Formats: sequence, C-alpha cells, structure tokens
Amino acid sequence: MRENGKPRTLFEKVWNAHTVREQSNDSPAVLYIDLHLVHEVTSPQAFSMLRERGLAVRRPDQTIGTMDHSTPTTPRNEQGIIPVADVMAAKQLDVFSKNCKDFGIPMYALGDEHQGIVHVIGPEKGLTQPGMTIVCGDSHTSTHGAFGALAFGIGTSEVGHVLATQTLLQNKPKTMAVNVEGRLGDGVTAKDIILAIIAKIGIGGGTGYVFEYRGEAIRSLSMEGRMTVCNMSIEGGARAGMVAPDDTTFEYIQGRKHAPSGADWDGAVARWRQLPTDDGAEFDREITIRADELTPMITYGTNPGMGMPVTAAVPKPEDETDVNKKIALDKALTYMDLAPGQQLLGKAIDVVFIGSCTNSRISDLRLAADFVNGRKVAENVRMMVVPGSQQVKQQAESEGLDEIFRQAGAEWREAGCSMCIAMNGDQLQPGQYAVSTSNRNFEGRQGKGGRTFLASPLTAAASAIAGVVTDPRTMISSSF
Amino acid sequence: MEKLSHIQGSIVSIPVNDIDTDQIIPARFLKVTDKAGLGKAAFCDWRYMEDGETPNPEFILNNPDYEGASVLVAGDNFGCGSSREHAPWALMGAGFKAVVSTDFADIFRNNALKNGLLPVVVDVDTQQQLFSLAEEDPSTSVSVDVAAQTLTLPDGRAVRFPLDGFSKYCLLNGVDQMGYLLALDEEIQKFESNNQQRVVTMA
Ligand code: SF4
Repeated sequence: MRENGKPRTLFEKVWNAHTVREQSNDSPAVLYIDLHLVHEVTSPQAFSMLRERGLAVRRPDQTIGTMDHSTPTTPRNEQGIIPVADVMAAKQLDVFSKNCKDFGIPMYALGDEHQGIVHVIGPEKGLTQPGMTIVCGDSHTSTHGAFGALAFGIGTSEVGHVLATQTLLQNKPKTMAVNVEGRLGDGVTAKDIILAIIAKIGIGGGTGYVFEYRGEAIRSLSMEGRMTVCNMSIEGGARAGMVAPDDTTFEYIQGRKHAPSGADWDGAVARWRQLPTDDGAEFDREITIRADELTPMITYGTNPGMGMPVTAAVPKPEDETDVNKKIALDKALTYMDLAPGQQLLGKAIDVVFIGSCTNSRISDLRLAADFVNGRKVAENVRMMVVPGSQQVKQQAESEGLDEIFRQAGAEWREAGCSMCIAMNGDQLQPGQYAVSTSNRNFEGRQGKGGRTFLASPLTAAASAIAGVVTDPRTMISSSF
Repeated sequence: MEKLSHIQGSIVSIPVNDIDTDQIIPARFLKVTDKAGLGKAAFCDWRYMEDGETPNPEFILNNPDYEGASVLVAGDNFGCGSSREHAPWALMGAGFKAVVSTDFADIFRNNALKNGLLPVVVDVDTQQQLFSLAEEDPSTSVSVDVAAQTLTLPDGRAVRFPLDGFSKYCLLNGVDQMGYLLALDEEIQKFESNNQQRVVTMA
C-alpha cells in the first residue's frame, strides 16, 4: 500500500482512502465517514438542523444510536423497565427515540439488551473495524482507534454535517508516534500506561496530532487494553489515537455481529494487513516511554495531566518554575484539599467507581472482581460497578461477577456512563473523594464539589477494600 | 450563521490555564434539546455559590464593572475536554463574541468557528498584557478585524492571529458549512460508488 514508493503511516493510509476532496489553500479536506455513532446528548440540535432544512439522513445504514449519557443505572422495576426519574433526561431520551425513528436510524434504547456506552458497543458489535473512519459527538470516540480506525469526536454542528452528507470538513492533523517499549510489571495496566503518557506530555501536549501507539507493550495488550489507551488520547489533547491492527485485532473482531464473514472475512483481513505503518514512514513527532519503569498511576489534581505514581508525593507549587503552572497547581490542590508534598497512599476515600468507556469492559470487571473476591469493601467506602453495556453486564453475570461484587458489598448497576459524567443521578457529594476508573477529574466532573482520583480498575479495587488510596501491588498475592 | 467581520468590545479575563468544557458548562446542563438559554449556565460552578443561585462575588463575571464584556481572555489551552458544542453556545449566550488564548483545544475551536464565536490565538506576551489591562481598567476595549486577522489593543498595537481561509470566508459571509457539503453531493456519490461500504448498521 505504498504510494509512489513513499512509506506511509497508518493514519495517512486511512486518511487518504477517505478523502472525497483534497485539502487546498481555500478549504479543508472533505473526509468520508464510514460509521457514525449518535447518542441522546449531542444530537438533538443536529437533528433540528436537518428538520429546519427538510433534509434526510444520507446513510442511516452507516449510522447507529444508543442511549448512554443521561440514562439512569438504577435497577429495573417489576416490568423490567429502568425508570427515568429526571424529567429533562426523560424528555431528551424521548426526543432521541423520535429522531432515530423519524430518520430511520437503528437505535438501542435504554434497557435494550444491546444498549450501552457508545464506545463500548461499537467494538462489541463488530461495527468498529480497521481502516475505517468513525465519528461521534463525543470526544472519547478516540477509543475506536484501538482497531486501526481513524476515530474522533465531533461537535453537534458536525454531527449534522455527517447525518446530512456522510462527510466532514477536516484539516489534516499531524502525526505523533507514541512508543511504549518493554513490558508492564505486575499490577500495572493499560490505564497506567495512558495516565503516564498524559502526565508526561500534559493535557495540551497532543493538540493538533493523531497519536499512533507503538512498541512491545502496546502489542502485548489485549484489544480491551488498547481501547483503554486510545480512549484517553483526547486527555492528551489528541483527537485520535491509533494502534496498528494485528492478529489480536482480527481475533477480537471475528464472529461479531457486524464483522465480515466467509470469503469477505479473508478479503477484509488481507486489506487490514496492509494498514500498519510502513518501515521508514515519518511522524511529525515521536516520544518514548518505558513500560517496565511504570508503576500504578493516580491523578492528584483537576486535570488528567496531573498524574503520578501512586507511591509518589503530591508536587509542591513552590517547586514549579512556570508561573501559570504554579497557579494551576495551587488552585488544583485547594480544590482537592490536598497539601503540597502529601502522600496519597493512605488517604481516606468515600467512593470507588468502576465504569466508563475507559474501563467498563469485561476484562476490567474481571480484574476488579478477582481482586475483591472473598474480601469486603471498607465500611467508609461506597463502591459502584457499572458495566459499559448490557452485553458486558450479561457476560459478567454469566460468570458470577455480579455476585462477587455484591458479596463484597459493592453495588452492581445497569449499563451507562453513570458517575463518569454525573448527568444521571450517579454523582459525588460535595467534598467527597473518589477513586475512579473514568477519564476526567475536572472540577465537578463527577458531581459538584466532588474530588476525583483517576486510576486503574486494580488500584480502584484495592482502594475500595482498604478504604484508602492503595498501591494494588501490595495486595496482590504472588500467584496473581 | 450571522456574518462576523468586526468585534469591538470590552474584555474580561479568567487567567486560568486549561479551562475545560466541564467548567464552561457543567454536564448537568446538557439535558437540553435546543441551544437557547445556555448563557446562564456558563461557568456555572464558578459563578454561583454552593446553592447554585447566589452569585459568587469573587468571580469576575459577577463583577458589575465587567458587565457587557464581549471578549473573554483566558489562560492557555482553552476548551479542552469534551466535544460538547454547548460550550460555545453557552459562551455566546453569555454575550461573548471572541475568546482570546495562547491556544485552543481542537474540537472547541472547530465548534466555536461553526457558531461564529471567534477563537483568537495570541502570543504569551499579548495574553499577559491583556490580563493586566483588564485588571487595571475594566473598561479596556479591543477591536478585532476578521478580514485582516488582527486584534488591536488600546495602545493601537495590532496583533495578527491565525485563521484558516475557509473559516474566515464562512465567518465573513455568514456561510455555514452544511451548505458547502450539500453542494458536493455528486462527488460524494462518486466516492460511494468507487468504495465498498464498510459496515451496514441495519444488518
Ligand atoms: S463514559 Fe464518560 S467519557 Fe465515556 S462516553 Fe460516557 S460520559 Fe463520555
């Protein structure tokens, strides 16, 4: 797939294959979109745009909807329905149902056996495939890049553009190779890789770039681990993150509902094998981190770049030479009510949240369940486990994970975004501390006045048991 | 979209880096199905006290001296976080026509331009100068010329800012990009017939 003999990156191959019109001095490129995911929160105004102009959805057969952000995760009633108590959320969900119905878009409604977080269901259904362009009115669309797709979040106006034309106006981003060399140690996970990368480059460090994650540690990750890494590309400022497809990718896809089958499968795999970056292809920027030097990570501040090894001490503003950074750190520590130089290990917490499109897949739940199995959540802690989709929930229940969580004293919920975004009643109270497997620790993100420590499912589970921020490695038996 | 060629207005500054979209408009306000009325939710958790109603007297947007400011000057990396277009809707609802920073998160910048909210990228020195001007004199006003891509400070110094030709054309002429893409129907059809469909969601 070299063009004119010039080696190309994975990104360039996907970009070039989807260019309807090249970028020029006068206008951005027009990019064709293979798959458009829609949800209730960022779409209503886009559908209104279409209605105002009397437009149809160009490719409802390349569009799919799910309800996730504003949906409650509380238990079903006797009729098997999940009641929506919030009047505004209920209206938003109704409007979404009507829009999907009127425009002919297939959609998974709240409580449907296939409903779930938009970035969990795409891969789960085999809709997410290598070499595709995928967009959604949600910044964590970067998740799908784990399959070697070019996937990124868009705003509501752009949702309207894609609904009406299946294309987008885009300026070509730059590329950054993010090499993760070596192997992860015990108790260190995909989440720790991405938290370490963001801590290194800062939350604006990837602005204008598409990341390609490379190296031994990335190759050794499962698809779910790769999704966790790609998911948080946006927290590093990059709109998209990609991993070259390989046998791990193909194995994951094969047999899923929308995956190619029979002869189509062989053809697809042959095409996908052409996608990885050619030897000698150039990236605009390159960074390298060593996986074997990583430890479990945790954030201490109010953006995902304020992260550190869980064993480290909170940095001191006086050590910061950059004035703006010093102010930011001061402000963050005030909000978090933490002292400069303080250890987070041993810090009492109130809530542990296992969920979100970063860490709510079956492997995340297995990891956490393994850890809490036969143990009890500390008395001071409320532990919530929220599967990413109804399918994940069913799978977990068939493995008895729900029972393990309940026995340990954790709550087992319906699928959705839940406390990641706190739009749906699942939220922190002012002043509470949470160890959360989600992706954002901004002020008030998990509830007004709430304080978030982002970490891996392992660190979260260990902290739930101990009742304080804990290094999971100290609780892992040697057999682990 | 309305045409935007000039902005003349007073400035207000929030000298905080990395202002994310959860601060610009907290997620609990995203349960709306239209764009109207989001101005009152802009910076809600900074603007109001715990009860969510009493204005926080410490927060700059509640200072009557800065009432009516239409240019927001912010710290580095403005608009990071979520893709919510509610962020520019809320800022515009609160009366802002331009935001000045040293850089903007990609999705925020795209969203802002599509709504006629102008992201103005300046160097650190200009940013700092604007911070101090706003603090010293709340009536400080600047003017922005979209065609010339300049921000003119009260001392007459004009600072040039980047703006891609296409966005500029759209702003100056009030063109929205949907119309542009709809006009490409033939090219899009050609692309579709030359390329195999990847997935069928209805299957
Ligand atoms: S889980 Fe959180 S980050 Fe993911 S889509 Fe939902 S709200 Fe967004």
